[in-house]
Order: sequence, then structure tokens, then C-alpha cells
Amino acid sequence: MSKHKISVRANGQLYERDVEPRRTLLQFIREDLGLTGTKCACERGDCGLCTVLVDGVPTKSCLVLAVEVDGKEITTIEGLMEGEELNPVQRAFIEHGAVQCGFCTPAFIVAGGALLKRNPSPTEEEVKEAVGGILCRCTGYRQIIDAILDASKGAKK
Amino acid sequence: MKYSYMGKGVPRIDAFEKVTGTALYTGDLRFPGMLYTKLLKSPLGHARIVNIDTGEAEKLPGVRAVLIGKEAPYKFGIYMGDKTVLASGKVRHVGEPVAAVAADTEEIAERAVELIKVEYEELPGAFDVLKAMEDGAPLVHENMSEYRHAPFIYPKSGTNIANHFKLRKGDVERGFKEADVVIENEFYQPQVQNVQMETHTSIGQWLPNGQINIWTSAQSPFAVRHLLSVGLGVPLHKINVVVPYLGGGFGGKAGLHWEPLVVLLSKKAGGRPVRLVMTREEQFYTTAVRQGFYARIKTGAKRDGKITAGAFFYVWDAGAYADYGVNITRAAGYSCTGPYEIPHIKCDSLTVYTNHPYGTAYRGFGHPEFHFATERQMDLLARAIGMDPVEFRLKNAAVPGRITATGEKLREDAGRVDECIKAVVEAIGWGKKAPKEVNGKLRGKGIAALWKAPAMPSSTSSSAILKLNEDGSVTLSISSTEMGQGTPTGLAQMVADELQMPIEKVKVVTKRETDFSPYTWQTVASRGLFMEGNATLDAVRNLKEQVKTTAAELLGVPKKELEVAEERVFALGRPDKSIPLAKLATAGIFPDGRGIGGPVLGYGYYTAEGLTNLDPETGQGLPALMWTFGAQGAEVEVDPETGDVRVVKMASAFDIGRAINPLLLKGQVYGGIVQGIGSALMEEFIFDERGALLNKNLTDYKICRTQDIPEEMVFIPIENPQRNAPHGVRGIGEHPRISIEPAIANAIYDAAGIDLFEIPMNRERVWRALRKKGEKRAFA
Repeated sequence: MSKHKISVRANGQLYERDVEPRRTLLQFIREDLGLTGTKCACERGDCGLCTVLVDGVPTKSCLVLAVEVDGKEITTIEGLMEGEELNPVQRAFIEHGAVQCGFCTPAFIVAGGALLKRNPSPTEEEVKEAVGGILCRCTGYRQIIDAILDASKGAKK
Repeated sequence: MKYSYMGKGVPRIDAFEKVTGTALYTGDLRFPGMLYTKLLKSPLGHARIVNIDTGEAEKLPGVRAVLIGKEAPYKFGIYMGDKTVLASGKVRHVGEPVAAVAADTEEIAERAVELIKVEYEELPGAFDVLKAMEDGAPLVHENMSEYRHAPFIYPKSGTNIANHFKLRKGDVERGFKEADVVIENEFYQPQVQNVQMETHTSIGQWLPNGQINIWTSAQSPFAVRHLLSVGLGVPLHKINVVVPYLGGGFGGKAGLHWEPLVVLLSKKAGGRPVRLVMTREEQFYTTAVRQGFYARIKTGAKRDGKITAGAFFYVWDAGAYADYGVNITRAAGYSCTGPYEIPHIKCDSLTVYTNHPYGTAYRGFGHPEFHFATERQMDLLARAIGMDPVEFRLKNAAVPGRITATGEKLREDAGRVDECIKAVVEAIGWGKKAPKEVNGKLRGKGIAALWKAPAMPSSTSSSAILKLNEDGSVTLSISSTEMGQGTPTGLAQMVADELQMPIEKVKVVTKRETDFSPYTWQTVASRGLFMEGNATLDAVRNLKEQVKTTAAELLGVPKKELEVAEERVFALGRPDKSIPLAKLATAGIFPDGRGIGGPVLGYGYYTAEGLTNLDPETGQGLPALMWTFGAQGAEVEVDPETGDVRVVKMASAFDIGRAINPLLLKGQVYGGIVQGIGSALMEEFIFDERGALLNKNLTDYKICRTQDIPEEMVFIPIENPQRNAPHGVRGIGEHPRISIEPAIANAIYDAAGIDLFEIPMNRERVWRALRKKGEKRAFA
């Protein structure tokens, strides 16, 4: 199969790669860029664990082809720390016990952070809606929702 | 005391890696020359394999090994050696792998699988668990009598019954005669899937010199090593099993699953590492799932509320292979009553093979299934004698001093189910006046109690190694895996408390590796904090003993006068007699330079105490290291038009002995509740008439999302410490998920007046029950 050259900025770094047209963005991120923090758990858009930001928009990377993101900016869980410090959403996840097995955690942190950028003081319903496409089997979601609310501007610090 | 971590919500020690995406899971590992596996799976539920032609697949460039069942005659199985890694001779369920290909890329492996041709001759199948028990039913395993099995498993040769557990206590017929009211009911739960977010993933390498290396998403590395060794006939020390972080297990990754397959493929491919990642679809119908369940229960009680007799008939739809199913059958059998004292009991619990996907452990190990039946029955019997269901439960509660079904007298420190029930009653406002209708929806409340002990062999053991480092910090090695439950964090708290040092100076090794890690039986059964905790405390004692022995010589102070705290060994009240732990880590040094002692390595172990085998005919004996008791209460809202059920509130109380880490504990409870709600209201395997699973993906098989959680979840810890437990703790991993279904079902009755006997209580089932009730009313 003929390959296409694509150029992508991922977590601030520029990558140029030749990819087959059928390669998904998820495969590209995990296999070609070696960014394994983004997880694969269904490959059909049901579980949302592969959520990354494409030009700042939360996107299920298993449903997008790598060639479609040519020239775009990708942010994954590996690109979320603020220098050597955890970002507020990451910190809140730890403080609230919103992490258990950790397999879904990257997706929730990516999507939760994107929500707060767009809507710095969301309601509980808005948080549930924003991460409603991501599955977690361990936590029961309560502490995840609480963590995102706590990291928001509206939270009483 | 300067450092106190007991009862504190210490953040989990693995959190940083997990929030930054740096935590590595098996599927994140890459090895030079690694090959990728794809499986050819059976489209038929029960069929003879007439011929397999792999010629075309083998010719495809990039294919390095093609394996079929005939080449892998090894039998595996934790309690019953009934399973080969690839179907051999015949297929026993739709989705069973028939051939496997290892190739340079997944794409090549996938193409090769499509080139394999299999000829089948379809056989009549056993697709209904009750029919599978009848004489003349198609046999799933014709040669069952030849299978190696654990001594406490009782297969019935010439049938599909893989285990028949019996319990007999008192005289059940006399008990029924003594009763004023006797009721009998049937209950049903379908097969479901654990739906761990990480699917089963294994990498295996079998080198030409006989060394086998495995990296795998397994809960129990030592069980993998043992079962692989027995199955393949390979010496134990030639096998090294590495387990990195696990993306959820919930029982489904206990024991051995696909490790032998990747190892055998590797051997055929000349020793290259071979990886298998189950697709989500395969996770549903190729790998292990939860057994289906049928119960018929007959219970009798006196008008004053005392239960006189119970007859429990449990049938487990094991699917094609027994795996943990036979032991679930046993555990549910000896716990069959739920947390109540019943003087006269008869229980028959049977594992039955069918042509369904094979069953295994799933959080609760049979207890969510049978508690649905027993706790519904408690409500129905209370109603039949005209007593409040809470009062009825309290009257029969298995409190200290009372006798369990296996004849165990509950100790004074056994935990209090009555306190759990009362706490939940209070939390959901049981018996208080509340509106029956809110915005056209019907509201109701329900309660269910529970108990569970770890199901494990009587001499199960755990060990721990605590290493003193050169800077005075310590490193704890245990082999209980981290799959989200947080045991390693709790253990770090215990070590920091015992050594009186900052928790930041306690490291718990995250990776498990059988070549280096101390032995533990398995990461299952809610036993981790109790058993690894006791082993860890023992290792701390041993480490202290070692440093005190050396320090006594160096300081010239008798050993018994020495204390360990704040990273020093010292004599109380004598500031001159003190030495930093750091100075003892590799060896002590006398002022003249002579060395004394050596590297400090604390070792500790714990072996389950007081357990015995159960009598094969009566089931009498001591199966329980500890009972964790609990109660759960639901408030639900039923939509009379659509049958939609929404859980408004869920309250849970468990006698956990002592809360080590309330933050992580809360996570276990909330997570268990929501998992249980999924099972109660939406999850179920739907098969066609030939045994093909129709909803093998997360579009058609829904689990709870953020929108499905209760408005309010309340957790009330009850803390009656267990005498022989580390800091008094009891296991809690499985329990929050056990009595969700009956609590909701009982609440649905309270709300809408309908009695449900089948799970899930989805819209269709509830709607039909509501209509039926309406009809009855119309014709009455």
C-alpha cells in the first residue's frame, strides 16, 4: 500500500512520518510515535479511552485516520504537564482518588482539561456530558467528576 | 507518635505515573523482533473439526508461525484440567480459537487468518444450562472423567456436571415442618463480562534453551507460573512471569488464560517474543466471562420471624470450560444462606458445562449472583409472614456466636452484619414517610445484606521482602498485583507507621516478577490487604530485629532496650545511644573500622489460619479466613410508562474492621456500586439459538457511563476490628458490588409493586412486569 507523508506537531514536537492511508490516528500515536499513554480498548469509538486533542478538540483517535491530521496539532496525556509540575486536573485526580487501575485516566484528564479550557466553570451536568463518552470500570465516575469540578475555576479553593 | 498514616486518605503511590501516561501496561511494552498474533475463531457453538488447512496462510510473507490445536495437546485449568489453548478435535463455543498466527505485523497476521480453511461438522449443542443437566444432553466434554482435578471438586462422569458441591446441616425436612410459612422461588442471572478496560494481553517467549519469559496482564503471577509449568511439563525455575500495571482485573485475569498460547507460538517462531492483545470482541466471547446462574430456593419461617429451614439449589452455566467456575460453585455453596443463621440447610450447587463462552471469576465470585436470589427471597418471605424485611433480617442475622451453614461459630470479632443493616436503614430513611410519586415516576426503597469470605485453599500463603537501603529508606516487595484496588498504598502506610518514618521514604515495587518477587498465592478474593498486610508486618518485625541485633553490638545496649523510629535505632531517653538506619543498611562499622552484620533484608510471611477442608457429603468445616459483612440500600425511581429504572440513591455499609485509607476505600465502594448497577439494569449476554453471542461489543453491551450513576452514593464504614488482621482490617474489594441487584429489585417492588426474578432489570423486563400487574388488576 502506498504511503503518505504527513507532518504533525504532537505535544509541541514536530514529527514527519510516512503512513499508510488506513492507519488510524490511534495506531499512529501509539505505534509510530511511541506515545503509549493513550490507550486502545475497543477500536470502534465506544469506550473513548483513545481520546486526544486535535487542534484542541477532544477526539477519539481510533475513529480518525492519521492522514486526516496532516498539518494539525495533537496533544496527548504525555503533553499535559506544566514544566515539571502536574497540571490542576492531574493534581485533582490524585487528591480525589479519581485514579484506580489508571487505564482510562489519560482520556479523562485530556477531556476534562479541554472542557475547562472551553468552559472554566462547568456545572456537574456539563462535566458528566463532556466526559460521558469515556468508559471507566473501576471508579464509578464519582471521584472523576469531583476532581474535574475541583480543578475548575468555579471551585472554592 | 510523629508519623501516623493509619486511617488517612493518603494519595495512591502509583498515581503520578497514571495521571501522566507513564505507567506501563503489558500492551505498552515493545521487544526487538516481537511478533503479533491474530486468532481464527469458531463460528459454531459445538462442532467436530474435520480438517484445518493452513497451507496458504503459512506461505504469506511475514508469517512466522501458524499453530493449530493438534500441535498443542496440553491441558490447562486451575481446578479442572479441561482446556487446551486452541480447540482440538472439536469446538465448544462460538468464539473459541481454532488457529493462531504470529506474524511481523498485526495486518499480516490478520490476512493469514483469513487464508486458513476449516471444515466443521456441526453437533447438537448444549445451550440451555438446565437442559444440559438432563440425561441424553449433548456432552461438552466426553472425556471429563480423564481430566486431572482438585480434590475438592466433584465431577459427575458421563454428564455435563463438572462439580457438585453438597451441604447438609440439620434435618431440612424437619425444619420445613416446623415452619408456619414455606415459600419457593426461582431466580436467574445471565452470563456477563468483566469488561476490564484493558483486554487480556500477553507477550511470551520460549527460547531454544528452555527459558520461558512472559509479560502478561495477569492478576496472579505465581499462579501463571505454576499452571504453565504443570500444563506444559516445564520446570518452574525456567519460567519467569512479569506483571506490570493491570488495566483492571475483577477476577477475569486471575489464573492462566492466553499465556500458554503466546509461549507455544514463540517456540514455533524460533524464540521470538510473541504478543497477543485480545480485541474487545474477543474479550466478550473468546476469553473468560462470568458464569450464568439459576437458583431455586425454598425457605421456611415461623410467624415470629425465625427461619427454620432453607433448601438451596444453585446451577452455574460454566460455559465450555470450568476454569474458576467449579470453585465459585463451591464458595457460593458454603455461603449459600447469605448472612443469616438457619438451623436446617440443604444446598446443592452445580457447575454445568454448556456451549457458551467459558466462565471465570468476576468481582464477588458468585456472591452477587446468589445474593440476588437469597436477598430477594428474604423480602418475599418477610412479606409472606407479614413482617418488616429489616426486622426479619435482624432477627436471623449471623451475628457473633451464631452458627454458619458449615457449622462455624462466629467469633466475637467476626464483624457485625446487624450494625451494617441498621446503618443503611438510617442512611436511606427506611420506614420514613416519603413521596411515592415524583414527577409521574414511582419511588421506592429496598435493602439487602451480604457476606463474603475469601474462597481459597486452606493453607494459602503470602510473603513480603522489606529491603533497607543505604540512605535509610526502605523498599517493599510483594506479589499482590496493582490492578486499581490500591493494596500497595495501604501497605506503604503500614510500613511507614511501623517504622515511624515518612511515607515518602517507603517505596513499594510496582512490577511483579516471579524470578525476584516473594511468593504470594493470588491477587483475588479480597485477601490482599489482610494477607499481604500480615506478611508485610512480619517483614517489618524481621527488619527491626536485624537492625537491632547489629545496633546492640555497636551501641553497647541490650537489644530489648532499643527502638526503631525516625530512621534511627536508639535507646529510649539516651540521646547518645542512637544510630541512623542508613549506617546499618549494608553493614555496621565499629569505630576501629571492623564491620558487623550485613545487608538488611526483612522477610515476612502469613499463612491463612484455622481453615479446614469441607466434608465432601455435608460441606461442614471451616472455609473462611474472615467474613466481611455488609448491607446495601437503594432508592429507585421507576417510570411506569417506559419501565426505565433510575437509582436515585445507594447507601452501603460494610464492617471493614478498620479503614486504613478512606480515600481509596471510597473508590472501591463507589466503583463496586456502579459496576453492580450496570449488571442490575443493563448488562447481559444475548445469544442466538445456536449459541452465537449477539452483543459482543460496547455499542450493544452497555456498561454504566457518567450519566448512569446514582445522584447520591453514601458509604458508612463500620469498624469492629478483626483480631488476627493487620490493624484489624477485612477485605472489601468485592463486597460493594455484591448486593446491588437485590437492593434495587426490592426497591422496585416497593416503588411499583412488581416482583422481579431475573437480571438485568432492563426497561423491557420492568415494562412487561408492569403490564402483567396491570392485567391482573384489570381481571381481578
